[in-house]
Amino acid sequence: MRYRLLALLLLLAAAIAGPLVFSNPTITSIAVLTVIYAAAATAWNIFAGYTGYIALGHAVFFGIGAYTLAIICQDWHVKSDFGPLFLLPVCGLIAGAISIPLGAIALRARSHTFVVITIAMFFIAQLLAYNLRGLTHGSSGLELPIPSWTFDVYNLPFYYTGLIILLLALGTSWWVRHSKYGLGLLAIRDDEERARGLGVKTGPSKLLAFVVSAFFVGMLGGLWAYYIESVFPNSGFTALFDVAVALMAFLGGLGTLAGPIIGALLLEPAQQYFASDRTLTTWYLVLYGALFLGVILLLPEGIVPTIRTRWARWRARRARTGAAASEPPQAERPKPVAAASGDGGDR
Amino acid sequence: MDLSLIADAVVLGVLTGAVYALMASGLTLIFGVMDIINIGQGALVILGAYLSYALSRYWHIDLFLGLLITMPMMFALGVLIELVFIRPLKRDRTMFSILVTFGIAIVIEGLLGLIFSTDLVKLNAWYVTQSFSIFGFYIAYIYLFGFILSLLLLGGLYLLLYRTQFGAGLRASMQNRVAAQLIGIDVERVSALTFGIGVALTAAGGMVFGATNSFNPGSHYDLISRLLVIIVLGGMGSLGGALIASFAMLVVEDVTAALWSPTWSTTVFFILLVLVLLVRPQGLFGQLAGRKQ
Repeated sequence: MRYRLLALLLLLAAAIAGPLVFSNPTITSIAVLTVIYAAAATAWNIFAGYTGYIALGHAVFFGIGAYTLAIICQDWHVKSDFGPLFLLPVCGLIAGAISIPLGAIALRARSHTFVVITIAMFFIAQLLAYNLRGLTHGSSGLELPIPSWTFDVYNLPFYYTGLIILLLALGTSWWVRHSKYGLGLLAIRDDEERARGLGVKTGPSKLLAFVVSAFFVGMLGGLWAYYIESVFPNSGFTALFDVAVALMAFLGGLGTLAGPIIGALLLEPAQQYFASDRTLTTWYLVLYGALFLGVILLLPEGIVPTIRTRWARWRARRARTGAAASEPPQAERPKPVAAASGDGGDR
Repeated sequence: MDLSLIADAVVLGVLTGAVYALMASGLTLIFGVMDIINIGQGALVILGAYLSYALSRYWHIDLFLGLLITMPMMFALGVLIELVFIRPLKRDRTMFSILVTFGIAIVIEGLLGLIFSTDLVKLNAWYVTQSFSIFGFYIAYIYLFGFILSLLLLGGLYLLLYRTQFGAGLRASMQNRVAAQLIGIDVERVSALTFGIGVALTAAGGMVFGATNSFNPGSHYDLISRLLVIIVLGGMGSLGGALIASFAMLVVEDVTAALWSPTWSTTVFFILLVLVLLVRPQGLFGQLAGRKQ
């Protein structure tokens, strides 16, 4: 337990010191996007991972956060630099508020119908962004104020803001996983009817998780828009966001604490590399889709649960070849999160 | 004046609605038999359109004749996709199938972009450029021909489903997979063939789509969103629902475009969908998803 805490603190220190040591702006800009996606995948996982409802429409809240910040900055003439960063909670609150009716409608349906409805909502939101020209300026998009930070430290405020949101999302995820409320969510994932029979208030529980994840994703959308300095209907509301977040969570391990972060750490830098390299960029979509297919087909469990099962098997084998001949108490079906933070320390 | 405007929009909506019904029936058929959602259907439609484009552009084969080549090709591709990507999914099929077919859609989009570039193209033939008059409006012949083609294929699909041994097996698999297996139906084989049929239909749908709209590899997002909305509105796995929802969607869109503005036409339909789902979460003709025992 003490080692695990130590490892976590070391990881945190590395995350904080990282961009100060590797201060090359090319690297720190990848770090900013990676931390944004890691936080988004963690937030998505709070809802989708724990309840088992695969939502493919969280780009709606990402886009709402982005547009909220752009519109506020434009209408209130917010001074650049740190001002917009303090407005991020507003982006989150608005995304969360909008997610209440959307979630209430979508969550009336189950599994596949739910997925399809979230996808439909994504397209409605994108269409609205194109069409509500008074608010969003349609396809010409909105500009955000440009901070006056110098080139060499430009990325740092974005990185640390992203890191703070990531830690908040991770803390929320940890709390949910270890609370009675989270147990209710996991019960819904395993068997919704039985959970309701046992007294879990399934409707409000699902909706709360949906709103919480939308809140974080909204904040991240605002941060992302401020970093990119502009937002368009097809960049704020992009289907690739939905796919990327789901893929990261699946790669790392759906419903685990560290899984989405590990997935983001592996995928987002790769994606940035594909997109920036001149020869690879034409192959970018093909490579990304192929990677996606490979992950789903070869590692359907995700990295964290796979490692955990292997680890448990290895320990069991060692225990058997050692002194005791008794059957080791090994988890057949790995419990999703029991030791996830430890796996985070493995990296 | 206004009335003829509406009449024209309704005619156009019905004519294009049949094409969407063709594409959506493939999607809902696949869902009904295999319990999976093929997010790649839109990309496959675009692929079908590009195949017709290549045949007519480089080999000068007529678009409708070209279907005799593209539909078997797409059928084979569909069977291949089922064997390679869908069949290995054992656990949580519905969820994983969505992700896998999304991946397939992205790969197809990327490959089409590499081969054909991302410029908008449109299929061309004499019936695309020439038109006939109805209610004082001119409609290109392709709309009428596409409508007839769709009706023929849908009729063929009906005969296949309700008048053949294979169709009986397919419908049995739709009703109850396990029970169908128990009475000796090779459900795996039925699944592969169903996927092939569903994808083959996209070749025809894609050809008509490509002749009536300009498209590029990224057009599949727009298409799949419409197709998904159609099958959700009609009720997942209901063929009749998909047909009715297709006509409803296109008529509503075209009437909105005629009376108000084309930019709002799709939005109005989406809002209609949400209203329907508030009352009937399972769609117009769908069955409520119950607990799987």
